[in-house]
Amino acid sequence: MRLAFREALLAFRRAPLLSMLGITTIAFSLFAFGLFGLVALNIREALRAVEDRVELRAFLVDGTSENALAAALGDISAFPEVREVGYVSPDSALARSREELAEFSDVFDASVLPGSLEIRLNEGFRDPVTVQALADRIATYPFIDDVRFGQEWVAKLYRVRTLSVMAGAGLGVVFALVAVLIIGSTIRMAVLARAREIEIMRLVGATNGFVRMPFLIEGLLKGALGGALAVALTWLTHSVVSQSLFETIFFTPAQAALGVLAGAALGFLGSMVSVGRHLRAVWKDA
Amino acid sequence: MSGVLRLDAVTKEYPRTGVALKDVSFAVDKGEFLFLTGPSGSGKSTLLKLLSFAERPTSGEVKVSGFSSTTLRDREIPQLRRRLGIVFQDFRLLTDRTVEANIAFALEVTGTPAASIGGKVGRLLTQVGLASKATAMPHELSGGEQQRVAIARALANDPFLLLADEPTGNLDERATRGILQLLREINAMGTAVIMATHDLSLIMRSGYRYLELERGALLYDGTDARALSRHQ
Repeated sequence: MRLAFREALLAFRRAPLLSMLGITTIAFSLFAFGLFGLVALNIREALRAVEDRVELRAFLVDGTSENALAAALGDISAFPEVREVGYVSPDSALARSREELAEFSDVFDASVLPGSLEIRLNEGFRDPVTVQALADRIATYPFIDDVRFGQEWVAKLYRVRTLSVMAGAGLGVVFALVAVLIIGSTIRMAVLARAREIEIMRLVGATNGFVRMPFLIEGLLKGALGGALAVALTWLTHSVVSQSLFETIFFTPAQAALGVLAGAALGFLGSMVSVGRHLRAVWKDA
Repeated sequence: MSGVLRLDAVTKEYPRTGVALKDVSFAVDKGEFLFLTGPSGSGKSTLLKLLSFAERPTSGEVKVSGFSSTTLRDREIPQLRRRLGIVFQDFRLLTDRTVEANIAFALEVTGTPAASIGGKVGRLLTQVGLASKATAMPHELSGGEQQRVAIARALANDPFLLLADEPTGNLDERATRGILQLLREINAMGTAVIMATHDLSLIMRSGYRYLELERGALLYDGTDARALSRHQ
Protein backbone atom coordinates (compact mmCIF):
# COMPACT_ATOMS: atom_id res chain seq x y z
CA MET A 1 0.00 0.00 0.00
CA ARG A 2 2.83 2.37 0.89
CA LEU A 3 4.56 1.52 -2.36
CA ALA A 4 1.31 2.12 -4.24
CA PHE A 5 1.10 5.59 -2.70
CA ARG A 6 4.72 6.27 -3.51
CA GLU A 7 4.24 5.22 -7.14
CA ALA A 8 1.10 7.34 -7.40
CA LEU A 9 2.88 10.42 -6.04
CA LEU A 10 5.89 9.64 -8.19
CA ALA A 11 3.63 9.87 -11.21
CA PHE A 12 2.78 13.45 -10.21
CA ARG A 13 6.43 14.32 -9.77
CA ARG A 14 7.67 12.61 -12.91
CA ALA A 15 5.07 14.12 -15.18
CA PRO A 16 3.92 17.30 -13.46
CA LEU A 17 2.72 18.82 -16.72
CA LEU A 18 0.63 15.82 -17.68
CA SER A 19 -0.75 15.61 -14.14
CA MET A 20 -1.62 19.30 -14.10
CA LEU A 21 -3.22 18.95 -17.51
CA GLY A 22 -5.26 16.02 -16.24
CA ILE A 23 -6.40 17.82 -13.12
CA THR A 24 -7.25 20.96 -15.10
CA THR A 25 -9.22 18.97 -17.65
CA ILE A 26 -11.16 17.24 -14.91
CA ALA A 27 -11.70 20.58 -13.18
CA PHE A 28 -13.03 22.30 -16.28
CA SER A 29 -15.35 19.50 -17.31
CA LEU A 30 -16.74 19.40 -13.77
CA PHE A 31 -16.82 23.22 -13.74
CA ALA A 32 -19.07 23.19 -16.81
CA PHE A 33 -21.31 20.72 -15.01
CA GLY A 34 -21.16 22.85 -11.85
CA LEU A 35 -22.14 26.02 -13.72
CA PHE A 36 -25.04 24.21 -15.26
CA GLY A 37 -26.03 22.95 -11.81
CA LEU A 38 -25.80 26.47 -10.40
CA VAL A 39 -28.09 27.85 -13.13
CA ALA A 40 -30.56 25.01 -12.60
CA LEU A 41 -30.47 25.59 -8.85
CA ASN A 42 -31.17 29.30 -9.20
CA ILE A 43 -33.94 28.83 -11.75
CA ARG A 44 -35.57 26.36 -9.41
CA GLU A 45 -35.23 28.78 -6.53
CA ALA A 46 -36.71 31.65 -8.57
CA LEU A 47 -39.62 29.49 -9.68
CA ARG A 48 -40.26 28.43 -6.12
CA ALA A 49 -40.50 32.08 -5.05
CA VAL A 50 -43.01 32.74 -7.83
CA GLU A 51 -44.98 29.58 -7.09
CA ASP A 52 -45.27 30.73 -3.52
CA ARG A 53 -47.63 33.39 -4.79
CA VAL A 54 -50.14 30.91 -6.23
CA GLU A 55 -53.28 31.44 -4.15
CA LEU A 56 -57.03 31.01 -4.31
CA ARG A 57 -59.52 33.66 -3.43
CA ALA A 58 -63.08 32.55 -2.53
CA PHE A 59 -65.64 35.37 -2.38
CA LEU A 60 -68.41 35.07 0.16
CA VAL A 61 -72.11 35.68 -0.31
CA ASP A 62 -73.28 38.74 1.63
CA GLY A 63 -74.56 38.00 5.09
CA THR A 64 -72.69 34.74 5.65
CA SER A 65 -73.04 33.79 9.30
CA GLU A 66 -70.01 33.82 11.56
CA ASN A 67 -70.63 30.21 12.54
CA ALA A 68 -70.70 28.93 8.98
CA LEU A 69 -67.57 30.91 8.26
CA ALA A 70 -65.69 29.54 11.26
CA ALA A 71 -66.65 25.97 10.34
CA ALA A 72 -65.54 26.50 6.74
CA LEU A 73 -62.22 27.99 7.86
CA GLY A 74 -61.60 24.92 10.02
CA ASP A 75 -62.58 22.57 7.17
CA ILE A 76 -60.48 24.23 4.53
CA SER A 77 -57.37 24.61 6.63
CA ALA A 78 -57.46 20.83 7.18
CA PHE A 79 -57.23 20.12 3.42
CA PRO A 80 -53.81 18.66 2.59
CA GLU A 81 -53.36 21.15 -0.26
CA VAL A 82 -53.82 24.16 2.01
CA ARG A 83 -50.98 25.81 3.87
CA GLU A 84 -53.04 28.59 5.38
CA VAL A 85 -56.40 30.15 4.98
CA GLY A 86 -57.35 33.63 6.12
CA TYR A 87 -60.56 35.63 6.21
CA VAL A 88 -60.53 39.06 4.61
CA SER A 89 -63.52 41.09 5.90
CA PRO A 90 -65.22 43.67 3.64
CA ASP A 91 -63.64 46.41 5.82
CA SER A 92 -60.12 45.21 5.49
CA ALA A 93 -60.66 44.54 1.76
CA LEU A 94 -61.70 48.14 1.48
CA ALA A 95 -58.67 49.37 3.42
CA ARG A 96 -56.34 47.30 1.26
CA SER A 97 -57.89 48.51 -1.97
CA ARG A 98 -57.70 52.12 -0.87
CA GLU A 99 -54.08 51.64 -0.04
CA GLU A 100 -53.21 49.87 -3.31
CA LEU A 101 -55.20 52.23 -5.52
CA ALA A 102 -54.79 55.48 -3.55
CA GLU A 103 -55.97 57.80 -6.32
CA PHE A 104 -59.34 56.04 -6.46
CA SER A 105 -59.74 55.77 -2.68
CA ASP A 106 -62.96 57.78 -2.62
CA VAL A 107 -64.54 55.54 -5.27
CA PHE A 108 -64.63 52.53 -2.94
CA ASP A 109 -67.57 52.15 -0.70
CA ALA A 110 -67.84 49.61 2.11
CA SER A 111 -70.83 48.00 0.50
CA VAL A 112 -69.06 47.31 -2.84
CA LEU A 113 -66.46 44.80 -1.71
CA PRO A 114 -67.47 41.33 -0.53
CA GLY A 115 -65.67 39.42 2.19
CA SER A 116 -63.39 36.66 1.01
CA LEU A 117 -61.19 33.75 1.98
CA GLU A 118 -57.51 33.90 1.01
CA ILE A 119 -56.07 30.42 0.56
CA ARG A 120 -52.34 29.74 0.20
CA LEU A 121 -51.19 26.38 -1.03
CA ASN A 122 -48.62 23.86 0.08
CA GLU A 123 -45.67 23.04 -2.18
CA GLY A 124 -46.49 20.26 -4.60
CA PHE A 125 -50.17 21.29 -4.92
CA ARG A 126 -49.68 24.24 -7.22
CA ASP A 127 -50.26 22.65 -10.62
CA PRO A 128 -53.32 23.75 -12.63
CA VAL A 129 -55.26 20.50 -12.22
CA THR A 130 -54.91 20.37 -8.45
CA VAL A 131 -55.69 24.04 -8.04
CA GLN A 132 -58.79 23.77 -10.25
CA ALA A 133 -60.01 20.72 -8.31
CA LEU A 134 -59.57 22.56 -5.02
CA ALA A 135 -61.39 25.60 -6.41
CA ASP A 136 -64.29 23.39 -7.49
CA ARG A 137 -64.43 21.77 -4.07
CA ILE A 138 -64.48 25.09 -2.26
CA ALA A 139 -67.14 26.41 -4.62
CA THR A 140 -69.55 23.75 -3.33
CA TYR A 141 -69.99 25.60 -0.01
CA PRO A 142 -73.40 27.34 -0.27
CA PHE A 143 -72.07 30.66 1.00
CA ILE A 144 -69.24 30.82 -1.57
CA ASP A 145 -70.12 33.07 -4.45
CA ASP A 146 -67.09 32.67 -6.69
CA VAL A 147 -63.53 31.25 -6.61
CA ARG A 148 -60.69 32.88 -8.56
CA PHE A 149 -57.07 31.92 -8.98
CA GLY A 150 -55.64 33.31 -12.23
CA GLN A 151 -55.99 30.10 -14.23
CA GLU A 152 -53.90 31.19 -17.18
CA TRP A 153 -51.08 32.46 -15.07
CA VAL A 154 -50.93 29.22 -13.05
CA ALA A 155 -51.02 27.12 -16.25
CA LYS A 156 -48.18 29.13 -17.78
CA LEU A 157 -46.09 28.96 -14.63
CA TYR A 158 -46.59 25.23 -14.53
CA ARG A 159 -45.49 24.84 -18.16
CA VAL A 160 -42.32 26.84 -17.49
CA ARG A 161 -41.60 24.72 -14.46
CA THR A 162 -42.10 21.41 -16.29
CA LEU A 163 -39.95 22.61 -19.16
CA SER A 164 -37.15 23.73 -16.88
CA VAL A 165 -37.17 20.43 -15.00
CA MET A 166 -37.06 18.44 -18.24
CA ALA A 167 -34.42 20.59 -19.88
CA GLY A 168 -32.45 20.49 -16.65
CA ALA A 169 -32.50 16.71 -16.45
CA GLY A 170 -31.62 16.32 -20.14
CA LEU A 171 -28.80 18.84 -20.12
CA GLY A 172 -27.56 17.48 -16.80
CA VAL A 173 -27.21 13.99 -18.27
CA VAL A 174 -25.40 15.39 -21.33
CA PHE A 175 -23.02 17.48 -19.24
CA ALA A 176 -22.30 14.58 -16.91
CA LEU A 177 -21.67 12.28 -19.87
CA VAL A 178 -19.26 14.74 -21.45
CA ALA A 179 -17.45 15.07 -18.13
CA VAL A 180 -17.15 11.29 -17.81
CA LEU A 181 -15.79 10.95 -21.36
CA ILE A 182 -13.25 13.75 -20.96
CA ILE A 183 -12.08 12.48 -17.59
CA GLY A 184 -11.89 8.94 -18.94
CA SER A 185 -9.64 9.96 -21.83
CA THR A 186 -7.50 12.15 -19.58
CA ILE A 187 -6.80 9.26 -17.28
CA ARG A 188 -6.29 6.97 -20.22
CA MET A 189 -3.45 9.26 -21.28
CA ALA A 190 -1.88 9.00 -17.84
CA VAL A 191 -2.16 5.22 -17.98
CA LEU A 192 -0.72 5.09 -21.51
CA ALA A 193 2.22 7.19 -20.34
CA ARG A 194 2.97 4.40 -17.90
CA ALA A 195 2.16 1.39 -20.06
CA ARG A 196 5.77 0.23 -19.73
CA GLU A 197 5.56 0.13 -15.93
CA ILE A 198 2.36 -1.87 -16.10
CA GLU A 199 3.91 -4.28 -18.56
CA ILE A 200 6.96 -4.86 -16.38
CA MET A 201 4.94 -5.26 -13.22
CA ARG A 202 2.94 -7.97 -14.96
CA LEU A 203 6.10 -9.54 -16.32
CA VAL A 204 7.79 -9.98 -12.97
CA GLY A 205 4.63 -11.32 -11.34
CA ALA A 206 2.93 -8.42 -9.59
CA THR A 207 -0.71 -9.24 -8.92
CA ASN A 208 -3.42 -7.40 -10.83
CA GLY A 209 -4.54 -5.68 -7.67
CA PHE A 210 -1.03 -4.48 -7.03
CA VAL A 211 -0.66 -3.15 -10.57
CA ARG A 212 -3.96 -1.36 -10.36
CA MET A 213 -3.53 0.26 -6.97
CA PRO A 214 -1.17 3.17 -7.83
CA PHE A 215 -3.36 4.13 -10.78
CA LEU A 216 -6.52 4.00 -8.73
CA ILE A 217 -4.92 6.23 -6.10
CA GLU A 218 -3.63 8.57 -8.77
CA GLY A 219 -7.06 8.75 -10.42
CA LEU A 220 -8.76 9.30 -7.08
CA LEU A 221 -6.39 12.13 -6.13
CA LYS A 222 -6.62 13.81 -9.53
CA GLY A 223 -10.38 13.52 -9.53
CA ALA A 224 -10.70 14.95 -6.02
CA LEU A 225 -8.33 17.82 -6.82
CA GLY A 226 -10.17 18.51 -10.08
CA GLY A 227 -13.49 18.40 -8.25
CA ALA A 228 -12.27 20.82 -5.57
CA LEU A 229 -10.94 23.16 -8.24
CA ALA A 230 -14.27 22.97 -10.07
CA VAL A 231 -16.17 23.85 -6.88
CA ALA A 232 -13.80 26.79 -6.30
CA LEU A 233 -14.29 28.03 -9.88
CA THR A 234 -18.05 27.70 -9.60
CA TRP A 235 -18.02 29.61 -6.32
CA LEU A 236 -15.92 32.34 -7.92
CA THR A 237 -18.41 32.65 -10.76
CA HIS A 238 -21.26 32.74 -8.28
CA SER A 239 -19.72 35.56 -6.25
CA VAL A 240 -18.82 37.62 -9.34
CA VAL A 241 -22.39 37.28 -10.68
CA SER A 242 -23.86 38.03 -7.26
CA GLN A 243 -21.82 41.19 -6.88
CA SER A 244 -22.16 42.61 -10.36
CA LEU A 245 -25.41 41.26 -11.82
CA PHE A 246 -27.99 39.77 -9.52
CA GLU A 247 -28.24 37.82 -6.30
CA THR A 248 -27.73 34.08 -6.79
CA ILE A 249 -27.66 31.21 -4.35
CA PHE A 250 -24.79 28.70 -4.11
CA PHE A 251 -24.73 24.98 -3.42
CA THR A 252 -25.02 23.88 0.18
CA PRO A 253 -21.73 22.67 1.71
CA ALA A 254 -23.04 19.12 1.39
CA GLN A 255 -23.69 19.61 -2.33
CA ALA A 256 -20.23 21.12 -2.82
CA ALA A 257 -18.65 18.18 -0.97
CA LEU A 258 -20.65 15.88 -3.22
CA GLY A 259 -19.00 17.61 -6.19
CA VAL A 260 -15.54 16.83 -4.86
CA LEU A 261 -16.59 13.26 -4.10
CA ALA A 262 -18.03 12.89 -7.60
CA GLY A 263 -14.69 14.04 -9.02
CA ALA A 264 -12.85 11.46 -6.93
CA ALA A 265 -15.27 8.74 -7.94
CA LEU A 266 -14.97 9.63 -11.62
CA GLY A 267 -11.18 9.63 -11.39
CA PHE A 268 -11.25 6.26 -9.65
CA LEU A 269 -13.64 4.66 -12.14
CA GLY A 270 -11.85 6.16 -15.13
CA SER A 271 -8.57 4.68 -13.91
CA MET A 272 -10.14 1.31 -13.27
CA VAL A 273 -11.46 1.10 -16.83
CA SER A 274 -8.22 2.37 -18.40
CA VAL A 275 -5.91 0.09 -16.43
CA GLY A 276 -8.16 -2.87 -17.12
CA ARG A 277 -7.32 -2.63 -20.80
CA HIS A 278 -3.63 -2.89 -20.02
CA LEU A 279 -3.82 -5.79 -17.65
CA ARG A 280 -3.86 -8.40 -20.37
CA ALA A 281 -1.04 -7.91 -22.86
CA VAL A 282 2.48 -8.73 -21.69
CA TRP A 283 4.09 -9.85 -24.90
CA LYS A 284 3.30 -6.92 -27.17
CA ASP A 285 4.98 -8.12 -30.35
CA ALA A 286 3.04 -11.04 -31.78
CA MET B 1 15.13 -36.70 -14.25
CA SER B 2 13.03 -33.83 -12.98
CA GLY B 3 11.50 -31.74 -15.73
CA VAL B 4 10.89 -28.01 -15.40
CA LEU B 5 8.42 -27.91 -18.25
CA ARG B 6 6.58 -30.12 -20.65
CA LEU B 7 4.38 -29.53 -23.67
CA ASP B 8 1.94 -32.21 -24.77
CA ALA B 9 0.44 -31.96 -28.27
CA VAL B 10 0.12 -28.20 -27.96
CA THR B 11 -1.73 -26.35 -30.70
CA LYS B 12 -2.29 -22.60 -30.65
CA GLU B 13 -4.70 -21.00 -33.05
CA TYR B 14 -5.47 -17.29 -33.29
CA PRO B 15 -8.87 -16.22 -34.55
CA ARG B 16 -7.39 -13.83 -37.15
CA THR B 17 -4.03 -15.24 -38.13
CA GLY B 18 -4.75 -18.94 -37.88
CA VAL B 19 -2.51 -21.71 -36.57
CA ALA B 20 0.64 -20.45 -34.84
CA LEU B 21 1.71 -23.75 -33.28
CA LYS B 22 0.76 -27.22 -34.46
CA ASP B 23 0.87 -30.27 -32.24
CA VAL B 24 4.13 -29.42 -30.48
CA SER B 25 5.47 -31.72 -27.76
CA PHE B 26 8.77 -31.55 -25.89
CA ALA B 27 10.14 -31.42 -22.37
CA VAL B 28 12.95 -29.48 -20.72
CA ASP B 29 14.93 -30.74 -17.76
CA LYS B 30 16.15 -28.86 -14.79
CA GLY B 31 19.22 -26.79 -15.56
CA GLU B 32 19.04 -27.36 -19.30
CA PHE B 33 20.04 -24.78 -21.94
CA LEU B 34 17.79 -24.85 -24.97
CA PHE B 35 17.76 -22.79 -28.15
CA LEU B 36 14.64 -22.06 -30.10
CA THR B 37 15.02 -21.17 -33.75
CA GLY B 38 13.14 -20.82 -37.00
CA PRO B 39 12.18 -18.08 -39.43
CA SER B 40 10.03 -15.10 -38.42
CA GLY B 41 6.47 -16.19 -37.80
CA SER B 42 7.47 -19.81 -37.19
CA GLY B 43 6.00 -19.76 -33.70
CA LYS B 44 8.98 -18.98 -31.44
CA SER B 45 7.33 -16.06 -29.70
CA THR B 46 4.03 -17.89 -29.44
CA LEU B 47 5.83 -20.73 -27.74
CA LEU B 48 7.45 -18.35 -25.22
CA LYS B 49 4.07 -16.70 -24.59
CA LEU B 50 2.59 -20.09 -23.81
CA LEU B 51 5.47 -20.87 -21.43
CA SER B 52 4.92 -17.62 -19.51
CA PHE B 53 1.14 -18.09 -19.60
CA ALA B 54 0.65 -14.86 -21.50
CA GLU B 55 -1.44 -17.11 -23.74
CA ARG B 56 -3.21 -20.43 -23.28
CA PRO B 57 -3.02 -23.25 -25.84
CA THR B 58 -6.04 -23.96 -28.02
CA SER B 59 -5.52 -27.65 -27.33
CA GLY B 60 -2.95 -29.79 -25.58
CA GLU B 61 -1.30 -28.99 -22.26
CA VAL B 62 1.52 -26.69 -21.17
CA LYS B 63 3.01 -27.63 -17.83
CA VAL B 64 5.59 -25.36 -16.20
CA SER B 65 6.95 -26.34 -12.79
CA GLY B 66 3.75 -27.99 -11.70
CA PHE B 67 1.51 -25.22 -13.09
CA SER B 68 -0.73 -26.66 -15.81
CA SER B 69 -2.44 -24.63 -18.52
CA THR B 70 -5.53 -26.78 -18.10
CA THR B 71 -6.04 -26.00 -14.42
CA LEU B 72 -4.21 -22.75 -13.62
CA ARG B 73 -6.52 -19.85 -12.89
CA ASP B 74 -5.73 -16.38 -14.23
CA ARG B 75 -5.19 -14.95 -10.79
CA GLU B 76 -2.55 -17.60 -10.05
CA ILE B 77 -0.43 -16.53 -13.04
CA PRO B 78 1.58 -13.96 -10.99
CA GLN B 79 2.72 -16.84 -8.75
CA LEU B 80 4.20 -18.57 -11.78
CA ARG B 81 5.73 -15.39 -13.20
CA ARG B 82 7.64 -14.83 -9.99
CA ARG B 83 9.44 -18.08 -10.66
CA LEU B 84 10.27 -17.18 -14.27
CA GLY B 85 12.71 -14.65 -15.64
CA ILE B 86 11.88 -13.08 -18.98
CA VAL B 87 14.08 -10.91 -21.21
CA PHE B 88 13.35 -9.34 -24.58
CA GLN B 89 15.18 -8.10 -27.62
CA ASP B 90 14.31 -4.49 -26.75
CA PHE B 91 15.33 -4.74 -23.05
CA ARG B 92 12.12 -3.06 -21.76
CA LEU B 93 13.75 -1.02 -19.03
CA LEU B 94 12.09 1.89 -17.29
CA THR B 95 13.98 4.72 -18.95
CA ASP B 96 13.21 7.27 -16.25
CA ARG B 97 14.84 5.30 -13.42
CA THR B 98 18.39 4.37 -12.60
CA VAL B 99 19.79 0.91 -13.20
CA GLU B 100 19.43 -0.06 -9.55
CA ALA B 101 15.89 1.35 -9.37
CA ASN B 102 14.95 -0.78 -12.37
CA ILE B 103 16.06 -3.92 -10.59
CA ALA B 104 14.65 -2.86 -7.23
CA PHE B 105 11.29 -2.26 -8.94
CA ALA B 106 10.93 -5.96 -9.75
CA LEU B 107 11.60 -6.82 -6.11
CA GLU B 108 9.29 -4.16 -4.69
CA VAL B 109 6.28 -5.04 -6.80
CA THR B 110 6.53 -8.68 -5.83
CA GLY B 111 6.52 -7.85 -2.15
CA THR B 112 10.16 -8.32 -1.19
CA PRO B 113 10.83 -6.75 2.25
CA ALA B 114 12.38 -3.32 1.78
CA ALA B 115 15.30 -4.10 4.08
CA SER B 116 16.62 -6.88 1.86
CA ILE B 117 16.21 -5.11 -1.47
CA GLY B 118 19.38 -2.98 -1.41
CA GLY B 119 21.72 -5.93 -0.79
CA LYS B 120 19.99 -8.08 -3.33
CA VAL B 121 20.22 -5.41 -6.05
CA GLY B 122 23.94 -5.05 -5.36
CA ARG B 123 24.52 -8.80 -5.69
CA LEU B 124 22.53 -8.98 -8.94
CA LEU B 125 24.49 -6.07 -10.45
CA THR B 126 27.74 -7.76 -9.51
CA GLN B 127 26.55 -10.98 -11.05
CA VAL B 128 25.88 -9.31 -14.42
CA GLY B 129 29.08 -7.24 -14.22
CA LEU B 130 27.52 -3.81 -13.79
CA ALA B 131 28.28 -2.99 -10.14
CA SER B 132 29.89 0.28 -11.21
CA LYS B 133 26.82 1.44 -13.16
CA ALA B 134 24.24 1.20 -10.39
CA THR B 135 23.28 4.87 -10.49
CA ALA B 136 23.49 5.29 -14.28
CA MET B 137 20.36 5.91 -16.32
CA PRO B 138 19.55 3.30 -19.00
CA HIS B 139 20.24 5.70 -21.88
CA GLU B 140 23.79 6.15 -20.63
CA LEU B 141 24.49 2.45 -21.19
CA SER B 142 25.39 0.49 -24.30
CA GLY B 143 22.90 -2.02 -25.71
CA GLY B 144 24.79 -4.93 -24.20
CA GLU B 145 24.82 -3.25 -20.80
CA GLN B 146 21.10 -2.52 -20.97
CA GLN B 147 20.44 -6.16 -21.72
CA ARG B 148 22.53 -7.09 -18.68
CA VAL B 149 20.31 -4.85 -16.55
CA ALA B 150 17.26 -6.58 -18.00
CA ILE B 151 18.81 -9.96 -17.16
CA ALA B 152 19.58 -8.83 -13.62
CA ARG B 153 15.95 -7.79 -13.26
CA ALA B 154 14.81 -11.17 -14.63
CA LEU B 155 16.98 -12.90 -12.03
CA ALA B 156 15.66 -10.79 -9.15
CA ASN B 157 13.18 -13.37 -7.94
CA ASP B 158 15.54 -16.35 -8.32
CA PRO B 159 13.80 -17.99 -11.29
CA PHE B 160 14.18 -21.67 -12.06
CA LEU B 161 13.64 -20.86 -15.75
CA LEU B 162 14.84 -17.94 -17.84
CA LEU B 163 12.99 -17.19 -21.09
CA ALA B 164 14.93 -15.02 -23.54
CA ASP B 165 13.22 -13.78 -26.72
CA GLU B 166 15.98 -12.81 -29.18
CA PRO B 167 18.05 -11.23 -26.39
CA THR B 168 20.96 -10.52 -28.76
CA GLY B 169 18.85 -9.38 -31.70
CA ASN B 170 19.80 -5.73 -31.22
CA LEU B 171 23.42 -6.30 -30.23
CA ASP B 172 26.72 -6.36 -32.08
CA GLU B 173 28.98 -9.40 -32.25
CA ARG B 174 30.97 -8.62 -29.11
CA ALA B 175 27.99 -7.75 -26.95
CA THR B 176 26.24 -10.89 -28.21
CA ARG B 177 29.13 -13.07 -27.06
CA GLY B 178 29.06 -11.33 -23.66
CA ILE B 179 25.34 -11.89 -23.18
CA LEU B 180 25.60 -15.53 -24.23
CA GLN B 181 28.44 -16.02 -21.79
CA LEU B 182 26.35 -14.46 -19.02
CA LEU B 183 23.40 -16.73 -19.83
CA ARG B 184 25.73 -19.73 -19.68
CA GLU B 185 26.94 -18.69 -16.25
CA ILE B 186 23.39 -18.32 -15.07
CA ASN B 187 22.60 -21.73 -16.52
CA ALA B 188 25.62 -23.23 -14.79
CA MET B 189 24.17 -22.11 -11.47
CA GLY B 190 21.11 -24.28 -12.08
CA THR B 191 18.63 -22.04 -13.90
CA ALA B 192 17.18 -23.56 -17.07
CA VAL B 193 17.46 -21.21 -20.05
CA ILE B 194 15.34 -21.13 -23.19
CA MET B 195 16.63 -18.68 -25.75
CA ALA B 196 14.92 -17.86 -29.03
CA THR B 197 17.33 -16.69 -31.73
CA HIS B 198 17.78 -16.20 -35.45
CA ASP B 199 21.52 -16.46 -35.06
CA LEU B 200 22.35 -19.99 -36.21
CA SER B 201 26.06 -19.54 -35.62
CA LEU B 202 25.37 -19.17 -31.89
CA ILE B 203 23.64 -22.54 -31.87
CA MET B 204 26.25 -24.27 -33.97
CA ARG B 205 29.12 -23.08 -31.81
CA SER B 206 27.40 -23.94 -28.53
CA GLY B 207 26.55 -27.56 -29.22
CA TYR B 208 23.42 -27.18 -27.07
CA ARG B 209 20.10 -28.80 -27.78
CA TYR B 210 17.84 -26.76 -30.03
CA LEU B 211 14.30 -26.84 -31.34
CA GLU B 212 13.62 -25.73 -34.87
CA LEU B 213 10.16 -24.51 -35.76
CA GLU B 214 8.67 -23.89 -39.14
CA ARG B 215 5.16 -22.58 -39.70
CA GLY B 216 4.19 -23.66 -36.23
CA ALA B 217 5.42 -27.23 -36.52
CA LEU B 218 8.37 -28.69 -34.60
CA LEU B 219 10.85 -29.59 -37.35
CA TYR B 220 13.80 -30.74 -35.30
CA ASP B 221 14.61 -31.39 -31.66
CA GLY B 222 18.21 -32.39 -30.95
CA THR B 223 21.82 -31.31 -30.74
CA ASP B 224 23.08 -32.10 -34.22
CA ALA B 225 24.29 -28.85 -35.75
CA ARG B 226 24.46 -30.44 -39.18
CA ALA B 227 20.67 -30.82 -39.13
CA LEU B 228 20.50 -27.08 -38.67
CA SER B 229 22.61 -26.22 -41.69
CA ARG B 230 20.58 -28.65 -43.79
CA HIS B 231 17.57 -26.37 -43.46
CA GLN B 232 19.38 -23.29 -44.63
